[in-house]
Amino acid sequence: MSRSTIDIVNRNLAKRYAKEKRFRLFGLVSILAGLAALCFLMVTIVSTGWGAFTQSYIQLTLDLDPEVLSISDPQDDDQWSYANYTGVIKKSLRERFPDVTSRRDKKRLYRIVSPGAGYQVNQLMQDRSLLGQTVTVWLPADDDVDSVIKGHIDRSLPENERRVSDKKLSLIDELVNSGQLKRKFNNIFFTAGDSSEPEQAGIKGAMLGSFFTLIVALLLSFPIGVAAAIYLEEFAPKNAWTDFIEVNINNLAAVPSIVFGLLGLAVFLNWFGLPRSVPLVGGIVLTLMTLPTIIISSRVALKSVPPSIREAALGLGASKMQTIFDHVLPLALPGMLTGGIIGMAQALGETAPLLMIGMVAFIVDIPGSFTDPATVLPVQIFLWSDSPERAFVERTSGAIMVLLMFLILMNSIAVLLRKRFERRW
Amino acid sequence: MPFNTLLTIFIVVIAFAFFAGQRRALKLKSDGSSLHSLPFYHGTWLIIVGVLPAIIILLVWSLLDSSVIRSVVLSELPASLMSVSAAEKNLLFSEIANLADGQTASPNADVLAPIADRYLLLQSMSGKLKLGLALIVSVIGFGLGWLRLKPDFRARNRFESTVKIILMSCASLAILTTVGIVFSVLFEAMRFFDSVSILEFIFGTHWSPQIAIREDQVGSSGAFGAVPLFVGTMLISAVAMIVAVPIGLMSAIYLSEYAGPKFRAYAKPLLEILAGVPTVVYGFFAAITVAPMLRDFGESIGMSVSSESALAAGLVMGVMIIPFVSSLSDDVINAVPQSLRDGSFGLGATHSETIRRVIIPAALPGIVGAILLAVSRAIGETMIVVMAAGLSANLTINPLETVTTVTVQIVTLLVGDQEFDSPKTLAAFALGLMLFVTTLCLNIVALYVVRKYREQYD
Amino acid sequence: MTTMTVDSNTSPQSSQEATQPVADISSNGLDSSRDYRQTVGKIEVANTKMSMRDVNVSYGDKQAVFGVDLDIAKNEVIAMIGPSGCGKSTFLRCMNRMNDTIEGCVVSGSLKLDDQDIYDPKLDVVPLRARVGMVFQKPNPFPKSIYDNVAYGPQIHGLANSKVELDEIVENSLRKAGLWNEAKDRLDQPGTGLSGGQQQRLCIARTIAVSPEVILMDEPCSALDPIATARIEELIDELSANFTIAIVTHSMQQAARVSHRTAYFHLGYLVEIGDTDDIFTNPKHRLTEDYITGRFG
Repeated sequence: MSRSTIDIVNRNLAKRYAKEKRFRLFGLVSILAGLAALCFLMVTIVSTGWGAFTQSYIQLTLDLDPEVLSISDPQDDDQWSYANYTGVIKKSLRERFPDVTSRRDKKRLYRIVSPGAGYQVNQLMQDRSLLGQTVTVWLPADDDVDSVIKGHIDRSLPENERRVSDKKLSLIDELVNSGQLKRKFNNIFFTAGDSSEPEQAGIKGAMLGSFFTLIVALLLSFPIGVAAAIYLEEFAPKNAWTDFIEVNINNLAAVPSIVFGLLGLAVFLNWFGLPRSVPLVGGIVLTLMTLPTIIISSRVALKSVPPSIREAALGLGASKMQTIFDHVLPLALPGMLTGGIIGMAQALGETAPLLMIGMVAFIVDIPGSFTDPATVLPVQIFLWSDSPERAFVERTSGAIMVLLMFLILMNSIAVLLRKRFERRW
Repeated sequence: MPFNTLLTIFIVVIAFAFFAGQRRALKLKSDGSSLHSLPFYHGTWLIIVGVLPAIIILLVWSLLDSSVIRSVVLSELPASLMSVSAAEKNLLFSEIANLADGQTASPNADVLAPIADRYLLLQSMSGKLKLGLALIVSVIGFGLGWLRLKPDFRARNRFESTVKIILMSCASLAILTTVGIVFSVLFEAMRFFDSVSILEFIFGTHWSPQIAIREDQVGSSGAFGAVPLFVGTMLISAVAMIVAVPIGLMSAIYLSEYAGPKFRAYAKPLLEILAGVPTVVYGFFAAITVAPMLRDFGESIGMSVSSESALAAGLVMGVMIIPFVSSLSDDVINAVPQSLRDGSFGLGATHSETIRRVIIPAALPGIVGAILLAVSRAIGETMIVVMAAGLSANLTINPLETVTTVTVQIVTLLVGDQEFDSPKTLAAFALGLMLFVTTLCLNIVALYVVRKYREQYD
Repeated sequence: MTTMTVDSNTSPQSSQEATQPVADISSNGLDSSRDYRQTVGKIEVANTKMSMRDVNVSYGDKQAVFGVDLDIAKNEVIAMIGPSGCGKSTFLRCMNRMNDTIEGCVVSGSLKLDDQDIYDPKLDVVPLRARVGMVFQKPNPFPKSIYDNVAYGPQIHGLANSKVELDEIVENSLRKAGLWNEAKDRLDQPGTGLSGGQQQRLCIARTIAVSPEVILMDEPCSALDPIATARIEELIDELSANFTIAIVTHSMQQAARVSHRTAYFHLGYLVEIGDTDDIFTNPKHRLTEDYITGRFG
């Protein structure tokens, strides 16, 4: 060997190591870029959504005067349901600010409290003995007031460029100074359905919709998925039909979710005539969508049970079916559950197919069953994200935080389950 | 019949069948014969023959009866109403259903009233027939099953083959789903192509699906040239791929080749969180944060960036796909045998030379497969583009402008109150067909390539 | 790492008594009177190319090589034989630091190539491996064309300044590896399409294209049929004119056919070293004799 070869090698070394360094750096930068995107996303969501968990409330002394409420006969239920609850609030506001006299200013004054606050008074007066009494309550403030309190409105701007007028600002300041305007935990956000008024809008309806939908999806997809996995892993003969099933499952796992929505619309709604916007249909569509995931992970779980267990049971004279259901399945179950939870987490975050089957309607009522019109959490996020109000942006982010929390919870359970039952054979 | 009552009846019947079979078997046993199967299986046998067929009949009947009744009712419309279009028939039918429900506010109430009665009659008849048939089948099955219960009856084998059939049906549901998808999009798309030529759809460059409500309105026909949608979809997917492929691939390489176990243990799950974030969250992020940021940035350097630019949607979609590319590539890279690495190191190659010149070429088919799957994912992604991309069908390849995509149009055409039969809604199914066929081809090719690749190194 | 000059016949360090192998030799009816932990034969050679002293290798808690001393002369073929798990491959992989790629592998002792310490922390493995090439047990051609396989080494090291030079190197290497006639018409076809024996010769061509000084061969014929094996053995003989070759082999016949000197390893110890002819006709250690007469192994 000539000495010159090694000389050439040595001469080129510095350049090659510089390349090596650059390449390595590129890899590191890639990962950091991904993580930075994640951080940026989370920080944006949390910083905009944090405010959704508090809400400004105004303390008012309400005179529940039957006359103002226009309840002449307390025995008449109709009068109770159509009573003028807003009138009570307006009266109270007039009394609190006796200086406000002009018609326009009064209108402005009324807009300090949420236009839907009558509903809270209605709720309060479920206790009918309060009629004629005077109570002090905290009512949700209007979203503009809330924005001022949360500091989202720049007071230094000239009045005509600002959402809130000087007059209103002075009213707000007065209430703040007298301790009658405060930020409190946003109960409404967790106990109300959708509303066109941000301060009255909550995610309870969407959460229950998600809950019902997921229950349907879980009840259908888990047993069917496990059954399919057992068949394919343990019984299926090697033939064209089995191959065809496998190809279909692998392909369905990669079909865009919106296509499942089209299937749901054409088959379940139009052909079978099932109702629109209901969790039952949503659950069925999500079942079809998550089945491949569950089947694939259940098969992995079955594969990880060593053949020796099967041989031991078969050797005792158990039939194949008994072997699988008595011995193999219990051992594979934790793995299958993990797959099931991950499939459900995927279903919980899914939006597009549910839009197709009409779960995108504006629904104020909180669903009580599988066949009540409902929406789900991600769709609620989608609906709110369209609203320009700052308060809705905040609530959208708040709803996202709740959704992400559920997802983190489900995935953590899956990870724990895997750790707890992981077995080395 | 309310669902809960039905459920209770079923549970009672099932329990009855089971215990009847089991008791019968125990009786046979106490008479001194030795049973082939455990009494448990005799019980399940009676469930299989006595209850299962009835359940199947009830399910199938319930799924089909509404569409059967509907076609019967519509076929019996008076001659004056027979000739109307399919869309109007829909309206008529819902009017009939409303009348039957007891709502009388209908313009055609007089004509339709007898039909509504007929509808109600059919409904109650169908309900009675359904229950009656189920009951008869159940009793016959139970009786025949009972006669079969002998000591040497192979109840276990019957039970097991039935379970096997059930398991197989569950597995075959995947095929049924695919068939369902194909037929639902294909049929509606065919109906769409009846009114709009398929050539115009595929090669037309003008997309404006607004159909006039009144006959005399301008532009009443609508234009269904889908090229701008295809180009828009490609544009956004391309931006996403430009982000996701290098970052995802390099992340996978760094994690599997360079990173220490500790770094990997933290970085990998963190990166995978990106895959678990729901797409609607990415859509919100793109629309509220990224798009305005890009627009403002563009303004500051004197470029006009649309506030619904393809760039914003593509960038965010790319971020979403990073973990997808990276975990698939990770698998593929790990499948490259150690012997090739040794061979390269043994010649004095540096780590990056080994990666770039040996590992990546060796893993290339797998990586290509992974990228194809990622492309299929990007094309089918819906929420990000619905929220962050626009609606106007511009034919452009400038990522700073607004484009629309196939999935955006499907959503806009189908969300909201639409008549199901208008070309506008049917167009959504034609687009769905395109989407399905494209992703199907990509998936099949990708899965095939990846499988071949794995076999090569097994 | 300890660097020390050791008399060839001194026994390995007493500190290793604690980690002696578990196998009980005496129970096999073998002669345990002569301790196999002491190397028999002459370790030093004239014209030394590589010199190893007191080499210990362990993977985690498990020690695989115990205090091996060995010299390799320039342009000689040295064969390392012994039963499976005797540490011969591990020892070979130390000689160009291929063990670096295995996690938890610790090497101590002195290994020198032309008086340069191979395990010097400041030493760069890239030029080292350019000087000490390696051929592996299983043929591992890259999934590239035959040409690119051979050109890979010269390209990464920048040995060729032009395409013509590169072509020349590739042709020469293939000729030296005896593959030119078979491969010259299909240089652009994938190397993985060749037969097993051709693949292994391609790997040898790939190695010599970098013009290494030493070639390490780790059981290069174990995956090949007898005809292909014979072809490789011929090749090794031809290559010994220009290269120093260390070959690990399972097969005693192969060692006898190709090597000038033979080293016999047993349970991580170098038991005997000597001229191949001597070792096979007149083994001095009982274990060596048992092994080459086929009583175990």
